[in-house]
Amino acid sequence: MNWLVAAPILIPMATAALTGLAWRSVPLQRALTLAGMTALLLAAIALLLQVQHGRILVMQMGGWAAPFGITLVADMLTAIMVLVSALMALAVAVYSLGDIDPVRARTGFHPVFCALMVGVGGAFVTGDLFNMYVWFEVMLIGSFVLLALGGRKEQLDGAIKYACLNLVATAALLLAVALLYGVTGTLNMAELALRVRMVPNQGIVTTIAVLFIVAFGMKAAVFPLFFWLPAAYHTPAVAVQAIFAGLLTKVGVYALLRTFTLIFTGDTGWTHGGILMWIAGLTMLAGVLGSLAVRDLRRAWSWQVVAHIGYMIMGLALYTPLAVAGVVFYLVHDIVVKTNLFLGAGVVRRLGGSADYAGLGGLFKAAPLLAVLLFVPMASLAGFPPLSGFWSKLVLVQAGLEQQSWAIVAVALVTGLLTMALVGRVWAEVVWKPHPDGDIAGTAALPAGQRLALVAPLVLLSGITVAIGLYAQPVMDLSSRAAADLLSPEPYIRAILGEPPPPPVLVGELP
Amino acid sequence: MEIVLAFTVGALVAGSVYLLLSRNLLRLLFGVILLSNAVNLSIFLVGGLTFGAPPLIAEGRSVLEAPYANPLPQALILTAIVIGFGLLAFSLVLVYRGHQEIGTLDGDALRLAEPPETPAAGGGATAIPTQDRSAA
Repeated sequence: MNWLVAAPILIPMATAALTGLAWRSVPLQRALTLAGMTALLLAAIALLLQVQHGRILVMQMGGWAAPFGITLVADMLTAIMVLVSALMALAVAVYSLGDIDPVRARTGFHPVFCALMVGVGGAFVTGDLFNMYVWFEVMLIGSFVLLALGGRKEQLDGAIKYACLNLVATAALLLAVALLYGVTGTLNMAELALRVRMVPNQGIVTTIAVLFIVAFGMKAAVFPLFFWLPAAYHTPAVAVQAIFAGLLTKVGVYALLRTFTLIFTGDTGWTHGGILMWIAGLTMLAGVLGSLAVRDLRRAWSWQVVAHIGYMIMGLALYTPLAVAGVVFYLVHDIVVKTNLFLGAGVVRRLGGSADYAGLGGLFKAAPLLAVLLFVPMASLAGFPPLSGFWSKLVLVQAGLEQQSWAIVAVALVTGLLTMALVGRVWAEVVWKPHPDGDIAGTAALPAGQRLALVAPLVLLSGITVAIGLYAQPVMDLSSRAAADLLSPEPYIRAILGEPPPPPVLVGELP
Repeated sequence: MEIVLAFTVGALVAGSVYLLLSRNLLRLLFGVILLSNAVNLSIFLVGGLTFGAPPLIAEGRSVLEAPYANPLPQALILTAIVIGFGLLAFSLVLVYRGHQEIGTLDGDALRLAEPPETPAAGGGATAIPTQDRSAA
């Protein structure tokens, strides 16, 4: 029994409850959120230290033995994801001090933000498939509220599309979980890994696997299921955009990574090498072309969220130790960079008065240091060495070349090139071009407290991107260990089901 | 009995797909209701159907003995119904609010967040010429 495993759920949940109790006092809510997210970060660091030597922490909810109750489990991948998401939550909580207007703060931004983090943390630590569905729903309802909070017309427009499409995805996920339960009689992911191999009709397992690709793929915004994302992500408050772009789709990628290395490994030629490979290539191309087609900074970044999901799916599709390590590395890099890009776009909009390229410009003249700060995530996005984006792309391309998957490597490189074109365009439009209204005020024009709240997260996240770039080896080591654990799941299964693993007799066999 | 339920689920899904394809947002939400009910029924179905056998341990025994009803699907369905109800209530209010603010229930008319590109929209000095800039 190790309570640290439950911390990614308990800490945000307690924070959400406390901020809810402090409904009348916005300053108190802010302080509680900051304290809660700091505590979450500390717990995440402690969790990573616990699992770094290959230990797998398991906690059985309510003391029910493994296949019967709900299991919470933390291995290397979980710990990495919890740590990165806690960092983003803290950065966005700081940014929200300067960004969230009094109306949104009074109508519940802070409690719902913490509730969203409950769902994110829960999805990472759960070892039970139905429980994972529940955490996805917690995340979903939190994101609905955050998206609509403020109630501007564009927000309602985006939120309606987001809600409708995600409700269908939810039904698909629940159906997939139900069918898998029907053929195996269990929902515990470790036991599923054992039982799925014993199902006589492997064809139906593959069919269910494809349904899972649809369900988790819709959450991860892959081609052709991504249309809810560019419709909605640019509409809410900047802090909300940033946490959505950083975390929500990546939880979908995490779920795909977990289920398609642990459970659905029976027919990898079809599910991984076939469907996921095509999805990966088309997602990259669709996303990057979309980002070049729009003339609005926030919408361009929204499309880039889609494009870079493709890289992660590509690593999963290649399904070699190097490729899966590349996915983990890419997840870490992408979460930091996407959060940073949206936070940066928020500051740009605040200074320039527009998010449209036509209404922007003159940033280099007004705020040269800020421009340099924004260059870091943009360059990392395009994959300039020595930033984090370069190493993560390098690992994936290398894995692709080893597998002689020339086509997907070509698509990945073309996508990188087009991303570079986008970054050049944004740089020219936003930073170098003179502003249409003449000179604009720099960050010095903002009140001191607000300036600190808006810029400090950018400094932190850009610093992380540079640090990952310069010290890529430790991150790669962690990613490789996470990948090794994913690809040989016996210790994971043993840690959950006990030692030695009991022969999977059908206890509680269906009547 | 399984066959009857399976066809019921199929009919519900067919109806829901018909409604989901509608441009009217309210019909679309009704489609979502039907879909989630179809999924709930299929959870019930895959859990195995038994007649008149409670999921209770008989007096004097320590384990369940066949025949007994599988107690898990009802727990799963209950959870799914509660979650689905919450999401649906929120979505209905959202669509209603959208109708109040934007004044339409037509999904195709919702173009505020993604305005259609007009030739004049990109007017203004930019470093990179695009093909429809000439019209500005």
